[in-house]
Amino acid sequence: MAVMTYREALNLALREEMKRDPRVFVIGEEVGLYEGAYKVTQGLLKEFGPKRVVDTPIAESGFTGVGIGASMVGLRPVIEMMTFNFALLALDQIVNSAAKMYYMSGGQYNVPIVIRGPGGPAHQLAAQHSQSMEVYFYHVPGLKVVRPSTPMDAKGLLKAAIRDDNPVVFIESETLYAVKGEVPEDPEFVIPLGEAIVRREGRDVTVVAYMGMMYRAMEAAEELEKEGISVEIVDPRTLRPMDAGTIIGSVRKTHRAVVVEAGAGFAGMGSEIAAFIMEHAFDDLDAPVERVTGANAPMPYARGLERAKTPSKERIMEAIRRVCYAERS
Amino acid sequence: MAQKTETKKAGLPAVDTELARRLLGDMMLIRRFEEKAAEAYALGKIGGFLHLSIGEEAVAAGATSVLRRDDYAISTYREHGHCLAKGADPRRVMAELFGRRDGLSKGKGGSMHLFDKSVNFLGGHAIVGAHLPLAAGVGFAINYEGADQVCVCYFGDGAVPQGEFHEAMNLSALWKLPMIWICENNRYAMGTSLERALAQTEIWKFGEVYGIPSEPVDGMDVLAVRDVVGRAVERARTDKTPTLIEARTYRFRGHSMRDPAGAVYRTKEEVEREKLRDPIALFRDKAIKAGWLSEADVRAIEKDVNDRIDDAVAFADASPEPPVEWLLTDIYKED
Repeated sequence: MAVMTYREALNLALREEMKRDPRVFVIGEEVGLYEGAYKVTQGLLKEFGPKRVVDTPIAESGFTGVGIGASMVGLRPVIEMMTFNFALLALDQIVNSAAKMYYMSGGQYNVPIVIRGPGGPAHQLAAQHSQSMEVYFYHVPGLKVVRPSTPMDAKGLLKAAIRDDNPVVFIESETLYAVKGEVPEDPEFVIPLGEAIVRREGRDVTVVAYMGMMYRAMEAAEELEKEGISVEIVDPRTLRPMDAGTIIGSVRKTHRAVVVEAGAGFAGMGSEIAAFIMEHAFDDLDAPVERVTGANAPMPYARGLERAKTPSKERIMEAIRRVCYAERS
Repeated sequence: MAQKTETKKAGLPAVDTELARRLLGDMMLIRRFEEKAAEAYALGKIGGFLHLSIGEEAVAAGATSVLRRDDYAISTYREHGHCLAKGADPRRVMAELFGRRDGLSKGKGGSMHLFDKSVNFLGGHAIVGAHLPLAAGVGFAINYEGADQVCVCYFGDGAVPQGEFHEAMNLSALWKLPMIWICENNRYAMGTSLERALAQTEIWKFGEVYGIPSEPVDGMDVLAVRDVVGRAVERARTDKTPTLIEARTYRFRGHSMRDPAGAVYRTKEEVEREKLRDPIALFRDKAIKAGWLSEADVRAIEKDVNDRIDDAVAFADASPEPPVEWLLTDIYKED
């Protein structure tokens, strides 16, 4: 184990996979000479050269399509979105080309690509640069969607995504790049896609949360421990395919569930998770599932408004108390 | 329309009987295939959208005649001809149109999504403009692997106003990709004429903007198409120079079977006038006059083509429907 930042863990995953497989290359805006807008690709141009670290002009649909086309004939591109907000310009390529190619060719052409970059609420970046983007992708059959919360997951899941034979949308976070944690140095350390993890064991309530919301839920759990509420936290890590088994297993143990998501709640991840808990564990529930979501508003710029947009520790704690029928202490 | 003239000819062998037979045979095969597909559509055996390329066969036949089998081709939703010319089995193409199990895509793709990996035909894409970046990616991969294949990308005039056309032209010129961009300009994007869609209607001129060789060609003349694509293939194969070709052609039928006459946005007189440029009739007459083919040769080709397409229809008819379990296969590739 080594201690490194989330950013360094991603960088290490890229370097290891590029060394392991000559078909893997990195393509996107500012990934080479500039070393990445968020420095995730730092040092790669020097180590692997311009053939495998490809700077592009600002043309998201164009270079995403290039990656998809190259993958159809045998390469394994890692396409960087400088931020995932820009992926909307390539949404047609991701949804109509990448996700459906294997199906509409009757299994002849698969698309082994990773589309990665930061997304989710960031610090005062306002409406167009600060939003939860996974919702646009996890609805689509043919895509896999990953949201890695820790440095260890960032490395292990990115390596799994690169080795996967399907298009994987891999959304990191600006707010987590500097987070430090333990990361295995073994180049064969891979975390399979589609496996959730129990971040914190507890008896009274299951909280499902990922990325920044997972850390906030963790703080809420520590405080509630003092009130005598034991919180279990499950991080799905991969949103599609979702490891429903681990979440259901936890709910069957605790009999209560709160789902936290940073994005606007309407038809969000929380809706889906609440629905399958209801479908599979209705008889185990002692209270209705609660959703704690971002406000149904675009992300504002002003600091106070921005704080109000995203679920706070207090709102998470209130929801947990409600499902536990606990009085506020 | 002003034509940019090119005097230099490609270093291609002179036309002989074998080549004439291939070119005429390919064009007639595509024509017959689509006539029979239209009949099957009328009988309800083919559903959804069916876009015919009748009148445009010289582009697919001429371009493919200068490709190697391991070169790549990628196309739009009006791609039956490109797929057949590249070497796909007409029986499996027809079965795909019928939505049957033995179709190229197991019946999951249909007319608009033909793929045949065995002949490097990369689809069948139905979002206008979207397959141009994919094609550039194929060119990128050829260079990455140090290979000497080329990639032909067919698209319509309707793709030219799309941003992705310009992104793909720029990237192919910037990165020197071994591409042959072939715009089949049939003058109408569905019902919108060129003049109503483009500020610059001389499409080949967009190549000049991106600094790549470009030229227009009479898309009804299979030998002219063969020559201009032949030169482009040489450039792409030897020094990775992409080329933009504007093949001026015309679809004799409507946009799709739901627009059978194409009568609202163009005149009957225009259609009848264009039919005088029928690429099959023009080349047949030329081949007989030049002595490449005899009348008997032409009849033999016609009989062979008719037999093959009858066989394709019978094959498609006999192929079973895909089993319902196939709904949930081929979504993810798992090892």
